[in-house]
Amino acid sequence: MQIYKAPLRDMRFVLHEVFGSADLAKLSSEVDLQPELIDSILEEAGKLAEQVLLPLNASGDEEGCHLENGVVRTPKGFKEAYAKFCAGGWTALACDREYGGQGLPESVNKFVEEMICSANLSFGLYPGLSRGAYLALRHHGADELKKRYLPKLAEGTWSGTMCLTEAHCGTDLGMLRTKAVPRDDGSFAISGNKIFISAGEHDLTENIIHLVLARLPDAPAGSKGISLFLVPKFLPTSDNKPGTRNGVLCTAIEHKMGIKASATCQLTFENATGWLVGAPHRGLAAMFTMMNSERLSVGIQGLAISEAAYQSAVVYARERLQGRSLAGAQHPEKPADPIIVHPDVRRMLLTMRAYAEGCRALGAWVARALDTLEYGKDPALRQQAEDFTALMTPIVKALFTDFGFEAANIGVQIHGGHGYIRDHGVEQYVRDARIAMIYEGTNGIQALDLVGRKLGAHNGRLLRGFFHPIAEFIAAHKTHPKLASMVGALEKALGALQLATATIAEAGLRDAEEAGAAASEYLRLFGLVALGFMWARMAKVALEALPTAHGEAAFYHAKLVTARFYMERILPQAGALYLAIKSGKQAMMAFDEAAF
Amino acid sequence: MKLLVPVKRVVDYNVKVRVRADGSGVETSGVKMSMNPFDEIAVEEAVRLKEKGVASEIVAVSMGVAACAETLRTALAMGADRGILVETEVELQPLAVAKLLRAIVEKESPRMVILGKQAIDDDMNATGQMLAALLGWPQGTFASKLVIEGDQALVTREVDGGLETVSLTLPAIVTTDLRLNEPRYASLPNIMKARKKPIDILKPADLGVDPSPRLAVLNVAEPPRRQAGKKVASVAELVDKLKNEAKVI
Repeated sequence: MQIYKAPLRDMRFVLHEVFGSADLAKLSSEVDLQPELIDSILEEAGKLAEQVLLPLNASGDEEGCHLENGVVRTPKGFKEAYAKFCAGGWTALACDREYGGQGLPESVNKFVEEMICSANLSFGLYPGLSRGAYLALRHHGADELKKRYLPKLAEGTWSGTMCLTEAHCGTDLGMLRTKAVPRDDGSFAISGNKIFISAGEHDLTENIIHLVLARLPDAPAGSKGISLFLVPKFLPTSDNKPGTRNGVLCTAIEHKMGIKASATCQLTFENATGWLVGAPHRGLAAMFTMMNSERLSVGIQGLAISEAAYQSAVVYARERLQGRSLAGAQHPEKPADPIIVHPDVRRMLLTMRAYAEGCRALGAWVARALDTLEYGKDPALRQQAEDFTALMTPIVKALFTDFGFEAANIGVQIHGGHGYIRDHGVEQYVRDARIAMIYEGTNGIQALDLVGRKLGAHNGRLLRGFFHPIAEFIAAHKTHPKLASMVGALEKALGALQLATATIAEAGLRDAEEAGAAASEYLRLFGLVALGFMWARMAKVALEALPTAHGEAAFYHAKLVTARFYMERILPQAGALYLAIKSGKQAMMAFDEAAF
Repeated sequence: MKLLVPVKRVVDYNVKVRVRADGSGVETSGVKMSMNPFDEIAVEEAVRLKEKGVASEIVAVSMGVAACAETLRTALAMGADRGILVETEVELQPLAVAKLLRAIVEKESPRMVILGKQAIDDDMNATGQMLAALLGWPQGTFASKLVIEGDQALVTREVDGGLETVSLTLPAIVTTDLRLNEPRYASLPNIMKARKKPIDILKPADLGVDPSPRLAVLNVAEPPRRQAGKKVASVAELVDKLKNEAKVI
């Protein structure tokens, strides 16, 4: 069974107790952002996720999307659910006040995104893409375009897409061929073919706003010759209603491994009317400004699947009676013990839990930095936040989505054969989670971004900004009577990360392939340390809260035990990763290409 | 027409309730609390009456500890206009609640009080009836349909034999049953607006009511655990067990 209850208590823990929510109002347009208000927002979003979106997850997967005469029909119930979602004002949550949004911070928004994606990842893509289009337009669009389109995207009656990929180019966008020819009236005629366009065509909204990468006639070759255009499905009338049909057509939808209720479209643009967004030839840069937020969102999808897979697995492990505990029967009155008594099942459950809760904390930390970047006043803090988000973006994207897939896989394993068949719905999590490791920049590309761009940036300033607080925490708690062993494990892993960093810096300078060979393992090592820091901090907060916890002692106790599990059973992987990194590129590159 | 909607803060319906070790009641510390689901239906009905233009103002009332203000915020987010919190640490029982509500009704002069037929914590099913008696107002309990026609409220009631429709002359008390409506999800803008709607805080003494409990709880215990079933080999054995073990025939 797909089971999901919004993890509100854990969200409150991260938001209020670990990072503190007192100054969040300063990082928001809502000046009166009290903790109670955040709690009621999260609670209501949780209800919507549990009661409206979750029931459509398995049925949407079963039914999928259908293309009929150029029109895509989303699965049964999606239209009504989306209408409820918009009527509730959820599409406008983090949008600006001047465009009809609520101006709430990413620190709240990312939790809401998590709940939506846990309940129904396919559904989450529709508002998710609109959010991306909103941000791109808001940062780079001319005022006239912003006034016309942003309020519609905020209220959700129009949705957005990102049209980057073409059949011959995905990762390497420099090769793209879609053309934009200027017209006399200031608009452009866009022609070309795009593939893999999420929400490219659907029946949820009255209009769809495509953000399209294309080349102007005078464009230089390669990635420096790409411009960004806004191309609506229906050209807006003077009173901003959907008017004439524009020259953009959905020619096919993809049949995919997962996220089947999300329409992945092939679009053909034939002299479609579009408008330039941002400066000519600066399209890629325009796309990349909102990449930090977008990639964090994709990371959150991974976390969302970890959480959903965990919850279903726990229920099953408690109910499934099979064999006896190795320590002797725990439930002699029953025909067998539930499988949750077994160390190996617990190892699996705790791995999923440690991933989900660790990622939630790290995601919240990055979200807070995004808010500081958006609303903060202090230039030094803003600089810190910018460094931090730049460094963590590839890590969050790749680590969270790798973990999401792994957790989904473990979920199936716990269910045994009943997880492999479709009835329980947990194999869907595996299929749905898989794409998050690929889109928005494959995880391999994220690793290259980390070692290639982020590591050496500003002479290692980004790295220092990350290492310092961890080293300080370790120094301050090394002799703490209850935290010392956890902090010791963290110190060891941080040591491995620092050694690996030095290895890559030295070898990579000599030979770029050396950096490339180490990238994925290095990103994983980095992520494990970042999560280790989160677990150490959470353990500290839980420890301090325990004496006055009253009815909540069990919650804090579980935190402590999970922290210990992470430090003892997951974080030590750091040492092995360092050894792999140190061995260099030869194991891969010495292999004769013809021998593959 | 002004409507008064009392809402109670109870242990959330999803929580597995645990009895305190000393048998003095159920564990509520660290437990998720929410609005009584029957009261949610009452708020929804009031909001629908306002949307139809029948009601002009909705006043939500809650009673108990300071945290009841959060329950009022939920009602305000659903569409109530303002809240009244009667704050007290005293354990409130139906008669005290009814007396406090009577005092508020006298102050606010609503034309109708809509409240849940019972709260899911103690399932007393008494407050609405007691309030009607104290005020001398007509009551339509267990409502599954409510229509206002002039100064009449037509209430379809869910009774054992089926449905019964009564006509009440306003002002009146209506208590809600599950099938009256399906409460809405509060919208994000309304959740945010709810923070700015006023909540008046009163003490029982301000209303001239002594809320002291009249009933003493002697002991709270969990129901006996269900025993595992037994398989019988024959009808004769079944009859024998029913007669001699279960002693039901």
